[in-house]
Amino acid sequence: MKLDSKIPAGPLAEKWTNYKASQKLVNPANKRKLDIIVVGTGLAGASAAASLGAMGFNVDIFCIQDSPRRAHSIAAQGGINAAKNYQNDGDSVERLFRDTIKGGDYRAREANVYRLAEVSGAIIDQCVAQGVPFARDYGGLLDNRSFGGAQVSRTFYAKGQTGQQLLLGAYGALSREIARGTVKLHTRCEMMDLVVVEGRARGIIVRNLVNGDLERYAAHAVVLATGGYGNLYYLSTNAMNSNGSAAWVCHRKGAAFANPCYVQIHPTCIPVHGDYQSKLTLMSESLRNDGRIWVPKKKEDAEAIRAGKLKPTEIPEENRDYYLERRYPAFGNLVPRDVASRAAKERCDAGYGVGTGYAVYLDFADAIQRLGKDFVEQKYGNLFQMYQKITDENPYETPMMIYPAIHYTMGGLWVDYELQTTIPGLFAAGEANFSDHGANRLGASALMQGLADGYFVLPYTMQNYLADQIYVGKISATTPEFDKAEVAVRERLNKLTTIGGDKTVDHFHKALGKIMWEYCGMARNTESLNKAKKLVSQLENEFWKKVFIPGTANEFNPELEKAYRLEDYFELAQLVIDDAMHREESCGGHFRTEHQTEDGETLRDDEHFMYVAAWEYQGHGNPETMEKEPLVYEHIQIANRNYK
Amino acid sequence: MKFTLHIWRQENARAKGHFETYPLEGISPDCSFLEMLDILNEQLINDHIAHPVCFDNDCREGICGMCGLYINGRPHGNDDGITTCQLHMRKFHDGDDIWIEPWRAKPFPVIRDLVVDRSAFDKIIQAGGYISTTTGGVPDANTIPIPKHKADMAMDAASCIGCGACVAACKNASAMLFVGAKVSHLALLPQGQIEVADRVHKMVCKMDELGFGSCTNTYACEAECPKLIRRQNISRLNRQWIGALLGRDRK
Repeated sequence: MKLDSKIPAGPLAEKWTNYKASQKLVNPANKRKLDIIVVGTGLAGASAAASLGAMGFNVDIFCIQDSPRRAHSIAAQGGINAAKNYQNDGDSVERLFRDTIKGGDYRAREANVYRLAEVSGAIIDQCVAQGVPFARDYGGLLDNRSFGGAQVSRTFYAKGQTGQQLLLGAYGALSREIARGTVKLHTRCEMMDLVVVEGRARGIIVRNLVNGDLERYAAHAVVLATGGYGNLYYLSTNAMNSNGSAAWVCHRKGAAFANPCYVQIHPTCIPVHGDYQSKLTLMSESLRNDGRIWVPKKKEDAEAIRAGKLKPTEIPEENRDYYLERRYPAFGNLVPRDVASRAAKERCDAGYGVGTGYAVYLDFADAIQRLGKDFVEQKYGNLFQMYQKITDENPYETPMMIYPAIHYTMGGLWVDYELQTTIPGLFAAGEANFSDHGANRLGASALMQGLADGYFVLPYTMQNYLADQIYVGKISATTPEFDKAEVAVRERLNKLTTIGGDKTVDHFHKALGKIMWEYCGMARNTESLNKAKKLVSQLENEFWKKVFIPGTANEFNPELEKAYRLEDYFELAQLVIDDAMHREESCGGHFRTEHQTEDGETLRDDEHFMYVAAWEYQGHGNPETMEKEPLVYEHIQIANRNYK
Repeated sequence: MKFTLHIWRQENARAKGHFETYPLEGISPDCSFLEMLDILNEQLINDHIAHPVCFDNDCREGICGMCGLYINGRPHGNDDGITTCQLHMRKFHDGDDIWIEPWRAKPFPVIRDLVVDRSAFDKIIQAGGYISTTTGGVPDANTIPIPKHKADMAMDAASCIGCGACVAACKNASAMLFVGAKVSHLALLPQGQIEVADRVHKMVCKMDELGFGSCTNTYACEAECPKLIRRQNISRLNRQWIGALLGRDRK
């Protein structure tokens, strides 16, 4: 495997312009003859399919839910970044680019990130044209707020439902193309395998989730926009059906997987409360604009609170430790997510946690006093309501309790500048790829990246690939490669349904999640990673002996769906651990306890680790091989990431 | 807590359905309704009693619109402004009987147990529930100022999650609130004006064609909407519809 990132020559600010000026195009008559498969209908998938369909390509789009509008992009709360500088506070493309590179702890590719910042403004224009009801000020112009890792206000939002509104915008554009006949929609369909013919991605095998039928689809190119693998940890802010399997089957077929150990842990989630719990709910980062994070200064106060003898509102100001404001005066409560998460863990591990001991306070008393309850309610009302429904506590009266949780995966399929994986014809967009966030993603940048990839990158770069595909004619789905892939999927499903043990899939998934959270979560070291590796292998062996999947593969069977997704997670977990083990440094979301500064900050090793680790599959149970893509910083000055 | 669950079981779209009764004990009041069903399924699988109960769910934070159960005669259960996944067992009494059914509406056929097919909603949106834009070539976002109160009203209408509770709550299985919300969202914005008449006409025709009933004017839909979408959106839909008819006559 040879990695060619295909970064265009020339000065950073001109690369994308130059690329577009010299890339190959497909003429309108030929676009009709080319078929494209898009898997996933979130921001990246829906926007890509809508754009490619509108251009005239034949698109087939697939999702596992009952409607494209259910994709988990819908749950993004806080906002979307764009370098519009509408607030006149010093923002620019260059500034957004720098913030993103720095936020990612200097582990992202310069050219991709610059392009992302460059197209960010056009995304907002596009969404407004579609009727996305962004928040506005009294003069009727767009309003902004701040997010972590930035000192400007560049985040556009629609109440606490920005992801929903952006997705519904893209869903509208997609629906229009479906009505026009350029896009064909397949709901409740799950991609089970990628079909590679003569080294190129030529189609997919899908399982119809309603009746279990296996179906074949052939195309000139495949776009994977299936999100991240955060559910590997079982408890996460991801949706229950979010999974890493589509990306993983591509990896098995030869697509390199990059930086799997870069997992983002979000600092403000509602804490875990019981064994039966199925997911963790996020409280938007935007709350850190007005909420202040604290724990008691005295251990005895923390103990009294945990024992239910003391209320947080009874602790006087001087006995509160606003630890983020104390440690990071320049950014305060708005430090990036990895920094805020680790700081919360540090306080709780030291015995200052509240609630079950694994929670800290997010307090709005100041904001309510300064701005009034009505103002706070208008800005964050739906989040407060959500919190109250779950915890039965009123956040207007008592501070919220929050704790970090798995949220996003920066790692993903390796892609070049064109968002093409190491398999020609297979593209990856949105969270499914690894490209833009380095070792830590800044808040409100996932929505930006998903839509940038779908609206403004793939429609260009895919043409460059498809230009010579006009000569190959219609791709057939009856070739031996398709036969073989379908048989393999059938065998895999049979194997799972005939194990006949006595434990549920969830039992194993919860156990896997606990191992990964405990030993490969917010803090990692050689010892914990070795332990994780052993425990995951043991668990996987037990799974194959003791799992029980009721029903058959030929019916609507959610237990079977969970089982094959978990099967992939076992392999993925091993790779996450291996990647975390090999990266002997701390950067962004990857914190190796052996590598930290005296005051507990991440300690990078630029000399040895300034590269992207791209892993190649070597068969089940075999260690994967790794190729390095060196990260070359021509434009930005490398520095220590300092938010103090 | 302890409950007696009566759950609608139906193997597939063609099979005849029936209620099954399952006792369940040891449930924490902080458990969500869907987590309670997870626990039931865990037991059904472990003890090889029956095929686990199928129910749609995904985000479990009230925004994806995937979950939707008819609980003791109310869509999304006995609380206001929430989806099924946000309903917690503390809202019930220890020892309660709980009746759980799928959405009952002809345009939403049952797939299995509590899972229904809501693709009819997608078809209504495809008929015209969007502003026709192609990617690129649009004006700068701030060249279209929109009065804050209009933008806020559009946002409230746009917060519909497409769960189908409005249809399930309506004895006529009318989709007026769903369609009204989308029509309102777009009609309240200047960007949506150009296609206003065409949009409402196509969406309403599609709604009728798919078998949704007519409005009862009793607003059970509004009472049960998990996102508190207001009935004024139906009035706006009706105004738009009349406007569209008059406009079409002139053509």
